[in-house]
Amino acid sequence: MLKRVISPDEGKGLPLLDVKNLTVEFHTRRGIVRAVEHVNVTIEKGETVGIVGESGSGKSVTSYAVMRILDRAGHIADGSVSFSGFDLRAASENDMREMRGREMSMIFQSPRLALNPIRKIGKQIEDVLLQHAQVDSDVVNEKAVEMLELVRIARPRERYHAYPFELSGGMCQRVVIALALACKPQLLIADEPTTGLDVTTQKAVMDLVVELTRERGMSTILITHDLGLAATYCSRIVVMEKGKIVETAESEVIFRKPAHAYTRKLMRATPRPGISLPDLLPENQTAKTKPLAPTPKMRNQMPLLVVDNLVKEYPRQGRSGSLGKLFSRNRPVPESEIFRAVDGISFSIARGESVGLVGESGCGKSTTSMMVMRLIDKSAGSIVFDGEDIGEIPASRFASLALRKRIQMVFQDPTDSLNPRLTAARAIADPLLRLGGVPRNKLRAHCEGLARQVGLPVELLDRFPHQLSGGQKARVGIARAIALKPDLIILDEPTAALDVSVQAVVLNLLQDLKDSLGMSYLFVSHDLNVVRLLCDRVIVMRSGKIVEEGSTAHVLVKPQADYTRELLAAIPHPPL
Amino acid sequence: MLGLISKRMLLVIPNLIGVVIITFLLTRALPGDPAAYFAGPAATKEAIEQVRAKLGLDKPLVVQFGQYVSDLGHLNLGNSLTTGQPVLTELKNRLPASAELTLFGLILSMLIAVPLGILAAVRQGSWIDHTCRVVATAGVSLPVFFTGLLLVYAFYFRLGWAPAPLGRLDVFFSAPPQITGFYLIDSLLNRDLAALRASLSQLLLPGFTLCIFSLAPIARMTRGSMLAVLASDFVRTARASGLKSRTVIITYAFRNAMLPVVTTFGMVFSFLLGANVLVEKVFAWPGIGSYAVEALIASDFAPVQGFVLTMAIMYVALNLAIDMLYGVIDPRVRLEG
Amino acid sequence: MNESATVIRQAAAVAEKPQRNSMLRHARYVMSENAVTGFAFALFTLIALCALVGPYVVPHDPLASDTTATLKPPSLAHWFGTDQLGRDIFSRVIVATRLDCFIALSSVALVSAMGGLAGVAAGYFGGWTDRIVSRIADTIMAFPLFVLAMGIVAALGNTVTNIVIATAIINFPLYARVARAEANVRREAGFVQAARLSGNSEARILLLHILPNIMPIMMVQISLTLGYAILNAAGLSFIGLGVRPPTPEWGIMVAEGAGNIISGEWWIALFPGAALMLAVFCFNLLGDGLRDLVDPQRRT
Repeated sequence: MLKRVISPDEGKGLPLLDVKNLTVEFHTRRGIVRAVEHVNVTIEKGETVGIVGESGSGKSVTSYAVMRILDRAGHIADGSVSFSGFDLRAASENDMREMRGREMSMIFQSPRLALNPIRKIGKQIEDVLLQHAQVDSDVVNEKAVEMLELVRIARPRERYHAYPFELSGGMCQRVVIALALACKPQLLIADEPTTGLDVTTQKAVMDLVVELTRERGMSTILITHDLGLAATYCSRIVVMEKGKIVETAESEVIFRKPAHAYTRKLMRATPRPGISLPDLLPENQTAKTKPLAPTPKMRNQMPLLVVDNLVKEYPRQGRSGSLGKLFSRNRPVPESEIFRAVDGISFSIARGESVGLVGESGCGKSTTSMMVMRLIDKSAGSIVFDGEDIGEIPASRFASLALRKRIQMVFQDPTDSLNPRLTAARAIADPLLRLGGVPRNKLRAHCEGLARQVGLPVELLDRFPHQLSGGQKARVGIARAIALKPDLIILDEPTAALDVSVQAVVLNLLQDLKDSLGMSYLFVSHDLNVVRLLCDRVIVMRSGKIVEEGSTAHVLVKPQADYTRELLAAIPHPPL
Repeated sequence: MLGLISKRMLLVIPNLIGVVIITFLLTRALPGDPAAYFAGPAATKEAIEQVRAKLGLDKPLVVQFGQYVSDLGHLNLGNSLTTGQPVLTELKNRLPASAELTLFGLILSMLIAVPLGILAAVRQGSWIDHTCRVVATAGVSLPVFFTGLLLVYAFYFRLGWAPAPLGRLDVFFSAPPQITGFYLIDSLLNRDLAALRASLSQLLLPGFTLCIFSLAPIARMTRGSMLAVLASDFVRTARASGLKSRTVIITYAFRNAMLPVVTTFGMVFSFLLGANVLVEKVFAWPGIGSYAVEALIASDFAPVQGFVLTMAIMYVALNLAIDMLYGVIDPRVRLEG
Repeated sequence: MNESATVIRQAAAVAEKPQRNSMLRHARYVMSENAVTGFAFALFTLIALCALVGPYVVPHDPLASDTTATLKPPSLAHWFGTDQLGRDIFSRVIVATRLDCFIALSSVALVSAMGGLAGVAAGYFGGWTDRIVSRIADTIMAFPLFVLAMGIVAALGNTVTNIVIATAIINFPLYARVARAEANVRREAGFVQAARLSGNSEARILLLHILPNIMPIMMVQISLTLGYAILNAAGLSFIGLGVRPPTPEWGIMVAEGAGNIISGEWWIALFPGAALMLAVFCFNLLGDGLRDLVDPQRRT
């Protein structure tokens, strides 16, 4: 039976966490799958270690195995896990329950989902405190409020009574951190804690985690797919690929002199300042790409797209006062009837130009792109495309016009944007059939040509979306978008859902296509590093307005506006 | 909170209007000559014409509708041909019998199905889980009247444990003095243990029939909902925080899992009220269902209309109660309105 | 858990080479994978046989009464025994299959077409279409459904057509709601936007993109309601609102045998009741199998 507390003196000299030769297997319908193989990791006291890998690398599964919260189908097949000398693999479930939250705790991504939606957040913190007998029941209320204060939630006494749906994503993550740290554990495992959060919120959350763990002498494991994030906040990095550890080293060494080919590939693929697109690809592949012939900018010609004073309003739904009070920062904002998602913006895109539209969630960039796409109608302002006022044409009618061919879109989620019942070939062929006027007997040839253009192996054309990988699905989406040879393509976070190595390839593909087909891009993204690589000009949006605009070199290196500076400062800066 | 209640009540009004209109249309959609039906099989031509005039069936439809609504407003549901009594009185007298039976079956069913569903979800793959799934699939396939008959055959004819399916009380007993109309409660209140035992023994078989009938949907829904909640992110957080199994299952999982189950109670009630009619026929239970069925056989239509209308209004009220209960227990609904 | 699912999927993808997508191969896969599905299909075949061929091969005339052989328990001469009028119960049960299946199939066909289309239109277009369809569905749902069916059949008369109509009406809200919810979810999905960008009209999107994606879920609904439709018709017949005697129908036969249970002649009610149960059970199990067949995501 585990002693109530593993004191810091216990197991002195031993690493806090020692994982040796860990192998985790899952029982599936198709037999046994090894998610993690022969993994060795040691975490010393007070250390911050990053586990980095792409999807399916086994990074999360490793930590689930350590906490012994694997799925029913999974189990530790081999190896040992010891915490301050205590064998976690052999421990009983009772002992593990004592350990969890008390000695080691975990925070996950999607913070709002990680909290019980029908229980007050204060009570949820109390549950953890009472479970591990940290305090008596008469003072537990105070302790919970203290924890909320610790994680920098304003008006903690009031917010104690809040439910998760009343809080923003960043605030929910703070509550989750409070839950994790309530009982002063020695180890914190953070599994992709900043995925899905805005970049400024991301920085605030990570800074908070680092500060609190350093204060308490805790060790931290940061699991992420973002090498830059890991390098900024961790002293040591472990790189995993397909369930195996590929390299372990200090962050500086990983970045200056990565030893393993996969680490080098990941390093190169991470978008960062000071490089160009082909630099994202692995060394052996860059040599293959031909040097890009500089395309004439055609600046004297009429701009392709001119947006003037564009506005989109939505009627605000009647809400009870509590929400409004909780969201406001200083004074309660007067509740107007109308919500302006886009509040009078103007910009233009020239032929062959690539313009980036950046901002955090809720800034109106997606709404703007939907209006330019003519999928939703504007409330006011004008959208002029190649001299024609397309803003006046209602969205419902636009689909049948010839103009539809000239503006196309690449969507964010490759899975969601493909009809699960159509093969890749049929999906690519759809625009050709409807608007391209291609006869049925020539259709297949066209599809194959497009597939080759986007680097999709022709034999994959007859597969269904669920039989394709993320990168392959992205290529299908791109092939479909270029099928009609449009003049303007709007790309709505097209690589956000992709692994970083796949993203590198797709971004290069997008650049090559733009140049060879002479298209213009409106690239909507929250990732400034990616925008830096692909776009000639940048527009920064906030709360429906344009905050700054200009060439990439200017805006992202010498920003004028405070907000842009804030955004740039929030991007993790690895020691390069 | 008050806003929530009044908003829900407002939504009920269009439903009530719809119910009234449809029952009106049903009554007027009678094949052949409605007057002849209302006058009875033995009526003469003059009597039929008299009935027609009296019922206002010669007037335009809109006027008839007005008359119908006004009758309802005066709580006049017409008279039964076979007994001559006002339909409303008979329905009122018979309602407690049906209510007692339905509530008994439902409560029994919940007491079995909800724990079964929870245990099946918590111990996936165990014998409880398999039992639950068999119960759910088989229970949905059993016709309720067939179950009743099987129970009668097994427990009355073969084993002799249960009394004859001849109504609420054996002929040797008299009903306890009426306070609520529920024999179980009334006999308890009057400390009449003999009557309590007698009425309970009569109630067992039909009650079990209804219980078996509603076991399947409730167990299936509870299990499904519990499984979904147990796989959710916030339960994972609770486990990762080291909360006790019991706390996780009851405070975190169960309360969240019950939300969708509460909303399905509306559907379960719909089925139950229908099954009630069939069970009352099998067990000769003197409720409103058998009242309607007997009237149907005798081509006596006023009770049938009254029955449909009453059932519908009761059901609307029930749904309203469920809706409000849900609004109370889910803070997201309570606060966002 | 996101990552373990990804790991498993990726490992599986590597292990498999997808073959040419053939319907037959997939059908065989579905049936072999789950023994229960195979059993359900076998049972369904048996029921279909009884319905189609039954009336021609039964040993006795289902309507022929034999006053010398009333209330006889099951024997070699009469496998299921005889009823109060001396009619052979086995023959009656087999012949009743056709009628019950017909009622179930026609009412479900009717309601899935009407309810499905109405629901999809309501979910996709919103606005007035949604309001009207929802209002109709809510009004029907305001009644306990079986009671409403009783009322409709009582008002319109005891015929098979009216039972079919009543069953269709009371199932309308369910189909409309399911279809509406599914269409609503998909209305703003990426592939629907992409279809608009490709120049598809709204009607085209509805029919060619959304409806096929809803099919798997509707199939499950259809097979579940098949069972419910049979139970409904049987229930109506049991209380005398259904098919008229002497037509053999499972519900009526159980009603006819109900009175005899107390006196111990169990076979009159048991066999038709058991047939009812088996048929409904089979249709319920089929629901899962049908969904696997139709859903391309289940394909290897």
